[in-house]
Amino acid sequence: MNRAPGSQAEGRAGWWFVAPALTLIGVFYGIPVLAAFLLSFTDFDLYAIGNLDTVRFTGLGNYAALLHNPVFWTALRNTLYFALVGGPLSVLVSLSAALLVNARLARAKGVFRTIYFTPVVTTLVAVAVVWRYLYHPSYGLLNYGLGQLGIGRIDWLGDPRWSMPAIIVMAVWKNFGYNMLIFVAGLQNVPAELHEAAALDGASAWQRFRHVTVPALAPTFLLVGVLTTIGNFQLFSEPYVMTQGGPLRSTTTMVLLLYEEGFRWWRMGVAAAISVVLFLIVLAGTALQIRLQRRAAS
Amino acid sequence: MRPGAGAARHPAITGALALAVAGTLGCAAPADEGITLRFWAFGREGEVVAELVPEFERTHPGIRVVVQQMPWTAAHEKLLTAHVGRTTPDVAQLGNTWIPEFAALEALAPLDSFVAASPLVDSAAFFGGIWVTNRNAGRLLGVPWYVDTRVLFYRSDLLARAGYARMPTSWPEWRRAMEAVKARGAPGSFAIYLPTNEWNPPILLGVGAGSPLLADDWQRGAFQQAPFRRAFDFYLSLYRDGLAPAMGANDVANLYQEFARGTFAMYLGGPWQLGEFARRLPAELQDKWATAPLPSEDGREPGRSLAGGSSLVVFAATKHREAAWQLVEYLAQPAQQVAFFHLSGNLPARREAWADSALARDPRVQAFRVQLDHVAPMPPIPEWELITSRVIEQAERAVRGGVPADSVLAALDRQVDQILEKRRWLLARARAERP
Repeated sequence: MNRAPGSQAEGRAGWWFVAPALTLIGVFYGIPVLAAFLLSFTDFDLYAIGNLDTVRFTGLGNYAALLHNPVFWTALRNTLYFALVGGPLSVLVSLSAALLVNARLARAKGVFRTIYFTPVVTTLVAVAVVWRYLYHPSYGLLNYGLGQLGIGRIDWLGDPRWSMPAIIVMAVWKNFGYNMLIFVAGLQNVPAELHEAAALDGASAWQRFRHVTVPALAPTFLLVGVLTTIGNFQLFSEPYVMTQGGPLRSTTTMVLLLYEEGFRWWRMGVAAAISVVLFLIVLAGTALQIRLQRRAAS
Repeated sequence: MRPGAGAARHPAITGALALAVAGTLGCAAPADEGITLRFWAFGREGEVVAELVPEFERTHPGIRVVVQQMPWTAAHEKLLTAHVGRTTPDVAQLGNTWIPEFAALEALAPLDSFVAASPLVDSAAFFGGIWVTNRNAGRLLGVPWYVDTRVLFYRSDLLARAGYARMPTSWPEWRRAMEAVKARGAPGSFAIYLPTNEWNPPILLGVGAGSPLLADDWQRGAFQQAPFRRAFDFYLSLYRDGLAPAMGANDVANLYQEFARGTFAMYLGGPWQLGEFARRLPAELQDKWATAPLPSEDGREPGRSLAGGSSLVVFAATKHREAAWQLVEYLAQPAQQVAFFHLSGNLPARREAWADSALARDPRVQAFRVQLDHVAPMPPIPEWELITSRVIEQAERAVRGGVPADSVLAALDRQVDQILEKRRWLLARARAERP
């Protein structure tokens, strides 16, 4: 390729321009990530904070211990449960909400968009307090409603079978507004002419949705899917404030376990190993999603 | 912008600036005319201790105390991160089970020389079982502030109906009393409530049976050894025979309500629950509940309970060790301990303070007084809290999962041995270095 003279100088200038950002990423992201990776091969713990020379290199010891730890497998199962049920549900709810607020018949779109987006910006702790009341076994609104339908009391947060569904419902409600906005932006990019042409050809509303809207939204789906998956695997705050991982560990997720090992017991080596495993899982999940999307597109 | 708005904002800005300047000066000033001590206290204690501080400041001119109150749930993390970030306070309240951990971090200042020189603080004036929890590796790292231990809370009317005028003092009799209470109780009621997700019940019984909990200088689990095994069998039999419900703390929505209803007649409670029972039980039940020291295996003496509570510690990083000690010394005085009891309901760690009429006259408090002379310290190692979480997991497997005691206790010992591997290595290394 024939480069214009001075393009090299331009390239160097470009590096200077991105240098501040790169430095920040390197210092506040790159170094900690590398440190965590190295930490995962040691038994860094409370004793090590007091005296650094008690740290031992343990190779893959932390990873081997994780594989033999039943709580780790429970946490992995819970995380997958949340991601596989909560993820699609969240995308579905966001898309429905986006279609509703974007519908041509809808009035006061701005108002509804704001209302749906409110949970996203509300403090989780405040949300948790309200939801704890909603879920309360004796005084909760939810059980009152179910009682009217003739369904018996459910101890939403106290019963190991219901605690994860309860967390999923709350998390979906809390977060769907964010994805909704992305979908709204995607919907507004669907050319109106295509819809008109399809309508003229006699396509029903469902057919138009299926063959015009959905294909046009494909890149949006990918973005939303990847963001939601990553977010779901990092589920922490909801169970942390609602159930502390209980009852009977039914809502202990990978990140909650990581937090417990790292900041409750100060077993930093173990916590770092969990974070590496989590990173690999999210990486694999994201790669799989991108591949599936590509195959669907071609 | 409205023209007035800018002008109206000025005084606010000036005010904020003035405050900021005053703040800076306020911080700088004590450097030449006095000392400012930062004192961290937690939960309710943090709220009420501020009322004891003005008198200290009056009697100790030149020392100012800033009390920082924080919730118990955040306390442990906050202290550890403060240590790592080198921002520990001068003085803090510390749960005495946390002392081994902070000792391992070398975060606390030894107080031996201060106590030796002090005419006001003498180890003999405190409950012995509580005092030793403040010693670690031959050093004194804290002074007991208030004490906490578990005793039996029970419905005296239900026990009387079952034919017992007072709480039995030995395990076999205690068990018969529970059977009698259960037999006369309403269907669906139980004799005792021991939450399945708490480590206290099995550990208290184990300590009562004389188990050291950990063996070989706290290097290995001792849960399969005979004393703990006996206690664990006793514990499991209560669930198996329907004397205790297999319910965790979350399964009972309102403990006091269920106690009032007679869903269970006995409960292992701490001193803070004296106030709760008095406040939350209906008026007609107020003369129908009592407390008693834990029964022992053979009934000769009261059974042993665990030594808990909070201590006052001085952090090693403080620049004002002498002033910090004065605050600790002040709060450890009998008069302050009584004042603190009246403010917070926490039981004094000093024996003299128990002469106060409010403490001496209340028979429910006296059960704690008796129990406090029969307490065992928890294993003084930083891993203990992690071990208790394993105790809960394994005990729940036995109670709810029906796993036999043999395999549960073997699994517990295995896990504990794994947790203590680092401790064994550290001790072996220390031995090797010492010729």
